Amino acid sequence: MLAFIIRRVGQSLLVLLIVGLVAFSMFNFVGDPIDNMLGQERTAEDIARLREQLGLDRSFFVQYFRFLQEALQGNFGVSYRQGRPVTDILLERAPATLELAAVSGVLAILFGIALGVFTAIRRDGIWAHAIMSASLIGVSLPTFLIGILLIYVFSVELGWLPSFGRGDVVTVGGWKTGFLTESGLKALILPSITLGLYQMTLIMRLVRSEMLEVLRQDYIRFARARGLRDRAVNFRHALKNTMVPVITVIGLQLGAIIAFAIITETVFQWPGVGLLFINAIQFVDIPVMAAYLMLISVMFVGINLAVDILYFFIDPRLRADRTGGH
Amino acid sequence: MTDIPVAPPPKSRLRLALESDVFYTFRRSPVAVISALVVLVLLVSAIFAPWIASTNPFDPASLNLMNGFTPPLEPNAFTGDSFLLGTDDQGRDVFSTILYGMRISLFVGVAAVAFAMVLGITLGLISGYVGGWVETIIMRVADVQLTFPSILVAMLIFGIAKGITPVEYRDQMAIWVLILAIGLSDWVQFARVVRGATLVEKNKEYVQAARLIGRKPGAIMLRHILPNVLSPVLVIATISLALAIIAEATLSFLGVGAPPTQPSLGTLIRIGQGFLFSGEWWILFFPACTLLALALSVNLLGDWLRDALNPRLR
Repeated sequence: MLAFIIRRVGQSLLVLLIVGLVAFSMFNFVGDPIDNMLGQERTAEDIARLREQLGLDRSFFVQYFRFLQEALQGNFGVSYRQGRPVTDILLERAPATLELAAVSGVLAILFGIALGVFTAIRRDGIWAHAIMSASLIGVSLPTFLIGILLIYVFSVELGWLPSFGRGDVVTVGGWKTGFLTESGLKALILPSITLGLYQMTLIMRLVRSEMLEVLRQDYIRFARARGLRDRAVNFRHALKNTMVPVITVIGLQLGAIIAFAIITETVFQWPGVGLLFINAIQFVDIPVMAAYLMLISVMFVGINLAVDILYFFIDPRLRADRTGGH
Repeated sequence: MTDIPVAPPPKSRLRLALESDVFYTFRRSPVAVISALVVLVLLVSAIFAPWIASTNPFDPASLNLMNGFTPPLEPNAFTGDSFLLGTDDQGRDVFSTILYGMRISLFVGVAAVAFAMVLGITLGLISGYVGGWVETIIMRVADVQLTFPSILVAMLIFGIAKGITPVEYRDQMAIWVLILAIGLSDWVQFARVVRGATLVEKNKEYVQAARLIGRKPGAIMLRHILPNVLSPVLVIATISLALAIIAEATLSFLGVGAPPTQPSLGTLIRIGQGFLFSGEWWILFFPACTLLALALSVNLLGDWLRDALNPRLR
């Protein structure tokens, strides 16, 4: 088991090194930062000074080594567009994205599991059929259209909820939160539904199919034969056993939520990391792009690693398989 | 007159196709027939856009700024002109912009899937047939790419490619960069399926026979194995097309795709979103509906094809 963990950690580090190389190559081959930072009226001295300031006059290897060194310390240089350290900008924007992702994740998990169980238990009911058909349309709808639709209904027509921004925020120990003000909470509703909807349908369909599978098993029949109530059978016996694959998918979807936040943040002009990334692409702001790439890779690789290792603890069968094979 | 039994004349290809199982299940599925019709209508109107559209929305000479913001089917207050789906802020006929936009959306979608398909099939065949370290490298890259959502990969490739192209060519190149980005983000599925199928096929007798008579590996892969692994590829291609159209629309909507000078459906929705609050709903509504109809019908068609070509599910 230890060998497996070590190998998986090694693979993860290798992936991160490759991503790091991609990020660094972006610095080297994409665009000319000098072009981006200085306006039309620049002098040769301006250019030379800036080149030296940014370290662009050094050799490839020196720059790569410095990049790795700095990246390990969480330093990704200065944004070409804003002229400020990228790490500062990212840290400033992270709370907005994390709060949005957390609320959407919780919504997706709660409603996804509840609806999944419901559609599995009442599989032939009218409501279950309606929910399943709606989820099919939900999967085909692009996220940004769902956002626009919600804005149209709840902001333009009804005027109940704000259509952009985070509302008022309160700073608690350096963390700007929107949870503590009324306008902040109101501003969270539409974006979190937009972001969570897709993951919700995914979780719902998974829970439903897993649950239907489990309900067919002998031990469920036996539990019913023992005269246990439906509630006890459905929740204590069936649901518990569907949770292993569901937890895996939920874990993997956590990363996806943060990545897909890019789209939702653009629709709602939510001042988070995703909107920053999109703006960075539009203006070819390489340091921000590279830092975002590294950040999200660490997250994805970390989550994958955690899920793989968790499997060992959750599912004993897997342990036997792997160790037996070596 | 004696009755001589005559062999029935050989059936034409069309007849064979009409009598096939796949066509039978197609006729029996109303969803598939309707989606196919929708796709066909949209495809034809996109291809013949210059003949169907009343104006060329990108020819400044045909535009009249006075026609701006005309609601659908109502005569304009100044010029008295009337438009089927209204006009946008610059007096462009929304119906014409949708036709031209759909052209770009479909072109990017089809080209990106074709690119992903060629790349995926090639790498899948090679890694399945050749094996060894080549296979390890290709499949490792595929695994790494699969850990990231494909839309994120496409965005990143778009960003990098945009940085490489000189500023003055960026708008012209945007469409090609988009095709490259979406295609590169989508090859993994094709490669995995083709590799899996190739691993099965390469040990069959017809491949061994071909090897025995001395055919070259390239010829064996292309002429013998490829035709036998194509049917799952077809299914993935259809579903990928729906995803590619949505991916293109999403990127363009986010402002990292087709530029306003060559708007796709996504760009039109991005432009239309700006008029949502001022009440000009038609600038947003009709492109959004077109995108939905296109993506949904291609998706349903793909679903049907998957079930039809998979005998186990029948």
